[in-house]
Amino acid sequence: MNSVTSTQDTIQHGSDQGHDSHHGPAKGIKRWLYTTNHKDIGSLYLWFAFIMFLVGGAMAMVIRAELFQPGLQIVEPHFFNQMTTVHGLIMVFGAVMPAFTGLANWMIPMMIGAPDMALPRMNNLSFWILPFAFLILLASLFVEGGGPAFGWTFYAPLSTTYSGDSTALFVFSVHIMGISSIMGAINVIVTIWNMRAPGMTWFKLPLFVWTWLITAFLLIAVMPVLAGAVTMVLTDKYFGTSFFDAAGGGDPVMFQHIFWFFGHPEVYIMILPAFGIISTIVPAFSRKKLFGYTSMVYATVSIALLSFLVWAHHMFTTGMPVYAELFFMYCTMLISVPTGVKVFNWVATMWRGAISYEVPMLFSLAFIVLFTFGGFSGLMLAITPVDFQYHDTYFVVAHFHYVLVTGAIFSLIAAAYYWLPKWTGVMYDVGLAKLHFWCSLISVNVLFFPMHFVGLAGMPRRIPDYSIQFADWNQIISLGGFAFGLSQLIFLALVIKACRKQGEPVADKVWDGAEGLEWTVASPAPYHTFTTPPKIQD
Amino acid sequence: MSQRSVSATQQQANTRLVKRLLLATAIMFGFGFALVPLYDVFCDITGLNGRVYQKDTQQTQAAQNLVAPLTEAEQDNIDVTRSIKLEMMTISQAGGAILFEPIDKTLRIHPGQMAEARFRITNVSKDAKYVQAIPSISPGQAGLYLHKTACFCFEQQHIEANQQNEFVMQFYLDTDLPEDILQMTLAYTLY
Ligand SMILES: [Cu+2]
Repeated sequence: MNSVTSTQDTIQHGSDQGHDSHHGPAKGIKRWLYTTNHKDIGSLYLWFAFIMFLVGGAMAMVIRAELFQPGLQIVEPHFFNQMTTVHGLIMVFGAVMPAFTGLANWMIPMMIGAPDMALPRMNNLSFWILPFAFLILLASLFVEGGGPAFGWTFYAPLSTTYSGDSTALFVFSVHIMGISSIMGAINVIVTIWNMRAPGMTWFKLPLFVWTWLITAFLLIAVMPVLAGAVTMVLTDKYFGTSFFDAAGGGDPVMFQHIFWFFGHPEVYIMILPAFGIISTIVPAFSRKKLFGYTSMVYATVSIALLSFLVWAHHMFTTGMPVYAELFFMYCTMLISVPTGVKVFNWVATMWRGAISYEVPMLFSLAFIVLFTFGGFSGLMLAITPVDFQYHDTYFVVAHFHYVLVTGAIFSLIAAAYYWLPKWTGVMYDVGLAKLHFWCSLISVNVLFFPMHFVGLAGMPRRIPDYSIQFADWNQIISLGGFAFGLSQLIFLALVIKACRKQGEPVADKVWDGAEGLEWTVASPAPYHTFTTPPKIQD
Repeated sequence: MSQRSVSATQQQANTRLVKRLLLATAIMFGFGFALVPLYDVFCDITGLNGRVYQKDTQQTQAAQNLVAPLTEAEQDNIDVTRSIKLEMMTISQAGGAILFEPIDKTLRIHPGQMAEARFRITNVSKDAKYVQAIPSISPGQAGLYLHKTACFCFEQQHIEANQQNEFVMQFYLDTDLPEDILQMTLAYTLY
């Protein structure tokens, strides 16, 4: 039955592919260096993000190896600090954000029926400056005095008065990352705004497109503020200004306000596209329309707006007036309302659906459950009086790894399993994929769940040593960490196999319940799609 | 480039939107820096962060000119029903060269009453030094109700090598001090 539909599609779109022959991909390395094709650039972003994920993961392995036992065994404390810092920077700016940008490049033009991104040359530039940013960041680990060791949040005065010579490199690389993501965001907005196929009205947009549009606006709003913060750190350290130096009339606490004005919206930059992915996959494998499409859109907008009103929940212990603490506490709790709407909608979509458990669906289900765990621990952290106990402990580490690993990363893996057959034209090794799922699911919980316990018991974060009573749980956490790290190598092997086209060829519409324009083009997706705009049915 | 070449109107629309978004980016970059003065204003109004504010310095001039009348006026205004405990803290950020300690470690005063806190700064190095003390008050809101009439922290202080100096800070607490503040900490950091 599947093949019947696909033949029809091929006939329908045969005319699309006929005139592609005059402009196929160039050969060799030049194809990738000079490409302005959204699919090529998408692939570059995704591979870059995957490599960075493995590099940042390797640093996490160093951290977990050191924490396997109390006392100092493997690395110096100063190097440990560099590892926690660079692990965080790489995972946020090198893995999660570029991976979402890669998906946006691949899927948004295909989902809205556009031939390419609106600004293809800028697209090429925004990708190709990224590797340099991370080469600079990684190179900073090898300069004398070591790389950045002040945490990914680079609080002043740690990053100004007490930082090493590599700080200039750190600032420079963050600037490049920022420019890259701003260019990417501009491209996404212009594409969605101006390039939709005729008939693709705002409320017909797939949710992945909606969530990315809102994410792009968040990026434009806060990445420049981050750029400002690193610039102030730079001038404080090297040019004698005193933005954050009390001796010169500045205020180190102000750094935290500026940083978290960027930092809290940043966490939604990393999760809103994930909501879009889950809202795409869950209906496909429940064989039902998404429950509450419009409420999903409005929930996303309200999360984005609220994200500007909650930054100081990261700073409850800095001694704010009580009414300010209450304000930020209630605003933070308010965010759980639109987020709850989303979780409710996903569950309602599955309700009485004809659910099947293909690998993308397995990862999406794990996302819904485990992201909600992360949301609950976030709600606990939002309560000001108890935050005084949780602050800077492993409880916080557990919280944000639940929302970022089992949230953002799981959604990215789900997206990869969902669209990989469309990209490569072959079905990946499903056995291997299921192995990857179960290994990841079990190990990620062994890794992060006990962190709640040691955190509540008072184990501080970012310290290479700990009291003896935390030893058992830390051993278990480290074992879970190693297992989770190794499990991702299964994924690497699977993706390489699929890219070499080892597997059964797939139909155009890979999943029978899937909806969207991307399934109307051939598999693998031809180099150019929708050079003539598709017809949008109601 | 391809069959559906990007039309001129489309191109124009794209350029217009890109310009607007770049402008938004520039505005937000500026906003990042604008947060610095905004933060000062915000702290001034709310007493966030326990700063002691510039206006105290201005009041000081007035206070010094009118020492006697002011004290008299203040006399009537002392709130003897309450007594607030003040703790003094000192931190020296000048390395080992400068020692900095409070002479009066704790004080108990009524709101409205003039009081004095004394501090000792010792230069143990072989060079004369200029030092600047930066105050901070917690809880933060209390900063709005602490009025200094004279303070060594208003300007840089000169200390000769191997010399010990005593410095005073004269102040009073506003009688409007909220009822729930029973205790305050004054921290001075010396640079
Ligand atoms: Cu936050």
